[in-house]
Amino acid sequence: MSRLPVPRTGAGSREVAAGLQSRIRGMESTRLGLETRPAAAGFEGLLPGGALRPGAVYAVDSSISLLLALLAGPSVAGSWCGIIGLPDLGPEAATSLGIDLARLVLVPAPGDHWLTVTAALADVLPVVAVRPPRRVSETEASRLGARLRQRGCTLLVAGEWPQAEARLSLRTNTWSGLGFGHGHLTGREVLVAASARSGFPRTARMSLAGLSSEAPADQDSRLDVQLPALRYGEAV
Amino acid sequence: MTALTGPLTGPANGPGVGRTSGPDRTIVLWCPDWPVTAARARAGLPADAPVALVDRGTVFACSTAARGAGVRRGLTVREAQFRCPDLIALGYDRVLDDRAFEPVIERLEDTTPGVQLLRPGLCAVRSRGPARFYGNERAAAETLIACVAALGIPGARAGIADGAFAAEQVARDAGTAPVRVVPPGGSAAFLAVRPVTTLVDAGLIDGELATLLRRLGVHTLRDFAALPADRVRHRFGAAAARAHRIAGATDDSRVVPRVPPRHREVAFDWEPPLDRVDQVTFAIRAGLDDFVRSLAASRLVCTEVTIEVCTDSAAGAGAVQTRSWRHPRWFTGTDIADRVRWQLQGAGPGASELEAAITRVRVIPERVDSTADHEQGLWDSGPDERIHHALTRVQGLLGHDGVLTAVPGGGRLLRDRRVLVPWGDAPPATQVQPAAARERAAAAPWPGRLPGLSPATVFTDPPPVLLLAPDGTSVGVDDRGVLSGAPASFSPGLRQEDLGAVTAWAGPWPLVEHWWDPVRAYHSQRLQLVDTSGTAWLLLLEAAGWVAEARYD
Repeated sequence: MSRLPVPRTGAGSREVAAGLQSRIRGMESTRLGLETRPAAAGFEGLLPGGALRPGAVYAVDSSISLLLALLAGPSVAGSWCGIIGLPDLGPEAATSLGIDLARLVLVPAPGDHWLTVTAALADVLPVVAVRPPRRVSETEASRLGARLRQRGCTLLVAGEWPQAEARLSLRTNTWSGLGFGHGHLTGREVLVAASARSGFPRTARMSLAGLSSEAPADQDSRLDVQLPALRYGEAV
Repeated sequence: MTALTGPLTGPANGPGVGRTSGPDRTIVLWCPDWPVTAARARAGLPADAPVALVDRGTVFACSTAARGAGVRRGLTVREAQFRCPDLIALGYDRVLDDRAFEPVIERLEDTTPGVQLLRPGLCAVRSRGPARFYGNERAAAETLIACVAALGIPGARAGIADGAFAAEQVARDAGTAPVRVVPPGGSAAFLAVRPVTTLVDAGLIDGELATLLRRLGVHTLRDFAALPADRVRHRFGAAAARAHRIAGATDDSRVVPRVPPRHREVAFDWEPPLDRVDQVTFAIRAGLDDFVRSLAASRLVCTEVTIEVCTDSAAGAGAVQTRSWRHPRWFTGTDIADRVRWQLQGAGPGASELEAAITRVRVIPERVDSTADHEQGLWDSGPDERIHHALTRVQGLLGHDGVLTAVPGGGRLLRDRRVLVPWGDAPPATQVQPAAARERAAAAPWPGRLPGLSPATVFTDPPPVLLLAPDGTSVGVDDRGVLSGAPASFSPGLRQEDLGAVTAWAGPWPLVEHWWDPVRAYHSQRLQLVDTSGTAWLLLLEAAGWVAEARYD
C-alpha cells in the first residue's frame, strides 16, 4: 500500500476524494476488470456507466416493452436471454424490438419455484428477466445478488427489487398514428426516468416502436391514410 | 454386329479374363403391385377392391381389379375415376412400402439366410444353399413363396436365373406359373429379346441413354450386349458399362445379403403392477442406463424415442399410451427416465399417484445417429451445452412444458401468432398447420392481421372489459359493421369505478375466420384504444362481449 498524499488545497482535495472513491469502488467490486454488456440505443445516458453491468440488478416499473427494450441490447450482441414469470408475453413485440427468438428461453409459470429457477438460469444465461410473483425479502435478494455477481449475470426485474443498481420507469407515453375513430398505432415515444443507487436521477426520450416488420407492404392499405401524426398522452 | 469387336477388345477385357465364375445362380422373389398391397393392408381393404395409389396428381400404381377396369400408371386421377367409378384413390407413401416389407424380409430370413433387398416387394437370394437344402432350386423357390403366402400376401412369384437382373426378368415373365427356372447358361439367351428399356425400369441406366441407344439402332439387350465393352465404357461411363455386362449376363456381382438390423428397444414388465411414478422411474433407471450404454457401444446415440406405457386399468385392461419425445442433443438414461415420468404424470408435476397401475413400459429408439455426428467440438460447444443442462434441470423441476422457446407463427389473432414449443421439442405439427408449412405461414402476409406496433402483452386468457358509449350503454357493432356509439369510457375489468375516458380509438375492424366450418368458425370485431392512463389496448368484441386481446405496456 502506497501512502496517499495529504490534501492541502480545495481542488486537490476533490481530486483525492475522487481517487479514494474509485479505489473503494474497485475494492468493493468482486470482479476484476469492468466488462459490461451493451445496452440498447437510447439507454446509454440512463444507466450508470452507460451499459448493463454483469452481476447487477435493474428494476423496471410496470412496462414490459421497456423491459424487452433493455433485454434487446445484449440479445442483439449475441447473448442468450431468459424471461421468467411472464405468461402473457407477446413474442412479436420481442422480435420487433430486436430480440432473437432463437436465443430466448421462456419459463412462463415457475410458480413457487421462481427463485430457484432464476438462480438456475442465472448460472448459465448472461441476461435474465424476471417478474417476481411476490415481494422479495432482503435476505433472498442479497443471496441471489451474490450468485449473480459470482456468475456475472445481469438480472432485469419487472417490479420492485431491493438493492437494484438502477430503477427505470416510464414518465410519459406518447402514441402516434391513432386518431378519433381512424388510423392505428404506428409509433410510441416514451420519456424514461432512471434513478440510480448513486447519482442524480436522469431522464431520456426514446422510441419504443421497434422495427416495423411490414412497413412497405402496408403503405397501400386502406387504413393507412396519411394522417397527421396525432399525439396523445403526457398523462402520468 | 460382331464386326465391331475389333482388336481393342482383347486388352480391355484383360482384367476380366482371369475370372472363372460368371453370375451367381439367384432366386428373385417378386410380390406384384407391392405399393398397392402395402397400402391396402394399412387401409384394411379387401383384396379385390379397385385401389389406385396417387402420387402428385397421377396414378402411381393400381390393383389388379383397377387395372381390369382400364386404370393405368400415369393417368390423372380424374381420368382414372372416369374409367373406374368405384376406384379408391389413396396417397402414395414411399416409407410405407419399406416398412410393410420389413416383416416379409424377416420371415424370409428365418427360412433362408442371406436375403438381399432389391426394392420393396423385390428381394434376391443366392440359390446354391437353399437348393441343396430343399433338394432343388424349384423346391427352394416354392418354399419361399409359401413363406410369403403364410403372411397373407398372395400372388408372389419367383424367377431363377444367372444374376439378379435376369432372375427378376424371369420372375416378371413367369406368367401364371408361380416359379420359372432358366437353366444355367441360358440367361443371356433369355435376356436377348428384351427391349433396352427394361434396363431403365430396373434403374440401371437413365431414360436419356435408352433414347440415345434406340436412335443408334440398339433396340434389344442382345444388340446392347454385342457392343464392345471398352467403347461402351468410354462413351457412356461406368454405370452404362455395368448395365452392359448385366445385359450380356456376364456381370459377376454377387447377392449381397443385408445385415439384419438389431432390435434395440427395451421393455420393463412388472408383476404385480406398479402404481406410483417414483417406483416406475426408479425401476427403469438402471435398465435405461444399460440401454444407452449398449447404443454407445455400437457408436450410436439416440435422438428420438417412443415411450409406450401399458396400464392395468379396470376400464380398459391393457390400455396402451404412446408418445414420441425428441431431444435437442441425445438421450442419456436419466433423460429417458424424465420423459417416462412426464408422460406418466401427464396432468402436471407433483402428481405421484397414478390412475391405473403400470404393467409395462417399452422404450423404442425412433431415431439413432452416429456418435461421429454428435462429437463435442474442441471449442465453441461449451456454452450451449451448459445452457442445455440448466434448462433440463428446470424442466425436471417444472415439467416438460415448464421451459419454452417461442417460434413465429401465422395467423390473424395475436395468440395464434404466438407458438410456444417445449425446450427440446420440434415445433408442433397441428392438423391445421403441418410443421413445414408453419415457417411459410409465418412469413405470409395474412390480410386482416394487426398492422403497426406489436403489443408486449398478449393475453392467453383474454379478460373481459367494459367499453361504454357516452350514453352509458355498452358499445355494440351492427350487421353493417358500424359502432352503436363512439367509445367514451373504458375499464380494464368489469368494475364501474375503474372507468376512465378514452383518449383515442380506431375501429371496428371485422375478423371473420373459417366461416365455412361450423366448428372452427370465429367472428369478432377489433378495436384499438388509448385509455386515460396512457396505456393502449387492443379489444375484441366476441359473442360474449368485449375482451382484451392485448395490452401495449
